[in-house]
Amino acid sequence: MAQQIQQLPPGAPRTAGDVPRAKANTFSALLHRSPRLRLAGLLTAPALWLVLVYIAALAALLVTAFWTVDTFTGQVSTEWTTENIVTVLTDPVYQRITLRTLWIAVAVTLIDMVLALPIAFFIAKVAPARWEKLLVVAVLMPLWASYLVKAYAWRNVLAEGGLLEWLGAPIGLSSPGYGETAVILTLSYIWLPYMILPIYAGFDRVPDSLLEASGDLGAKPLTTMRLVMLPLLVPSIIAGTIFTFSLSLGDYITAQIVGGTTQMLGTVVYANVGAANNLPFAAAVSLVPIAIIMFYLFIVRRTGALNNL
Amino acid sequence: MRLSRSAKVVLGVITALVFLFIYTPLLLVVVNSFNADRTFGWPPKGFTLEWWGKAFDSPGVREAVVSSLWVAVVATVVSLVLGTLLALSLQRYAFFGRDVINLLVILPIALPGVVTGIALNNMFTTILGVPLSLWTVVIAHATFCMVTVFNNVIARLRRMSPGLEEASADLGAGVFTTFNLVTFPQLRSALLAGGLLAFALSFDEIIVTTFTIGAGETTLPIWILQNLFRPNQAPVVNVVAVVLIVVSIVPIWLAQRLSGESVGVGGARVKAEKG
Repeated sequence: MAQQIQQLPPGAPRTAGDVPRAKANTFSALLHRSPRLRLAGLLTAPALWLVLVYIAALAALLVTAFWTVDTFTGQVSTEWTTENIVTVLTDPVYQRITLRTLWIAVAVTLIDMVLALPIAFFIAKVAPARWEKLLVVAVLMPLWASYLVKAYAWRNVLAEGGLLEWLGAPIGLSSPGYGETAVILTLSYIWLPYMILPIYAGFDRVPDSLLEASGDLGAKPLTTMRLVMLPLLVPSIIAGTIFTFSLSLGDYITAQIVGGTTQMLGTVVYANVGAANNLPFAAAVSLVPIAIIMFYLFIVRRTGALNNL
Repeated sequence: MRLSRSAKVVLGVITALVFLFIYTPLLLVVVNSFNADRTFGWPPKGFTLEWWGKAFDSPGVREAVVSSLWVAVVATVVSLVLGTLLALSLQRYAFFGRDVINLLVILPIALPGVVTGIALNNMFTTILGVPLSLWTVVIAHATFCMVTVFNNVIARLRRMSPGLEEASADLGAGVFTTFNLVTFPQLRSALLAGGLLAFALSFDEIIVTTFTIGAGETTLPIWILQNLFRPNQAPVVNVVAVVLIVVSIVPIWLAQRLSGESVGVGGARVKAEKG
């Protein structure tokens, strides 16, 4: 390429762009010859960002968890100690908060799974084709309505004298008020689209012919669902659970808005970064959700769920 | 598989109920933004436009919107570049450590937002001694917005035939010419979709933002959180919330049209997710 440009006939029009272009072409030729160089050019910036910003931050967090705060100066003291981690693991207060957070995350995940399966199935396989896209957008839209707006909406729904009480009054039901139930309800609401979409995508990928074949061979719909669809859907369902589970595990803002006095792991982390000014302890607490999620990812990594995120 | 008519009807009813469940609370916020009663009891006691006027006159809201826009634009640009480079390298090349990088990309969306938030907060304040500002928010947002772009671009690359690029090279086009004339045009709508989602993600982010934002700075979600519990401001929060609901419809609708495929949520996340 470079040679071709230099061999232009003398009369050929030359523009100011020729020189840099020739240079670029030499470079381009070099890149063309070496896939290794091309890869390096592509990968360096994003890999450095992920490693220097994200992995370094996570590693630093792990290290910080072994430090303490000097109670007099409020400064972080870099002397190694396992005190924070021992406290998080053995103090009944934090054990209770960990268990409560886990319970909330599991409950939210199960509720979302139960709600998402029929609706995802309906959108992908039952609804007329022209409705399908519209329904997907209808699921997606509230996903983008601000997280805060949604938590706040539930604060209004659950409020004393609010919509739920008004609706429930004739049938003798009352609002659960602000507390653990409200947190579970609100988080299930907020993360529902994160469960519906991967499961919908999973159903969408199951070819209709497979279902017809199963039906032709005499399987009843429920048998087809159990033996044909479910195995194909497992990665999508797990992808959905990663979202709902992880997002609930780290939440503290919904707990603040509708949780009343309910404390979650995120609440403790936030309180220790802000008011209590104890970053090492906050770091130690945050290792709990990290460990739980890593463990979960480790278990599900073979199912192919990670490619469905 | 043949579903009976009644099975279809039952599924349709369940779907309708779930949609009712999804949209009712949002509608309530819309109604309350016109509710004359400050306590927002149900049913509403009167209609007023007072809160809408107050919201548009509020300098706090305006500043927060400007900061949010700035952060979202910069974070989107950074994540577009990094996410595209990453997708190209992971989809086109097999190399040692590829699986590790693959896992690294999903970590920011797989780990709870509070973890990302405190990890970056700790790195900036304790380890590096960098003061928190809107720039630290941009760095944090770009880290998880990158995933959105990555997901969109890699999905498109998987469906692109490598034949076109090979033909372009065979015909003598250099690496950059091929990218400009062959690869990029095919990626354009995926980039636009990924960029819109990244923008929306950053604009709405709250959890990571609370940990990485400087004192005295506010983005719109931070402003909402700060004013949520102030009885005098709550009506204005309703209005801001309604505007956010309406505004958020635009990018998602566009992204859906542009990508022409179901948009991955991973991409979507964290959204909130991250909060």
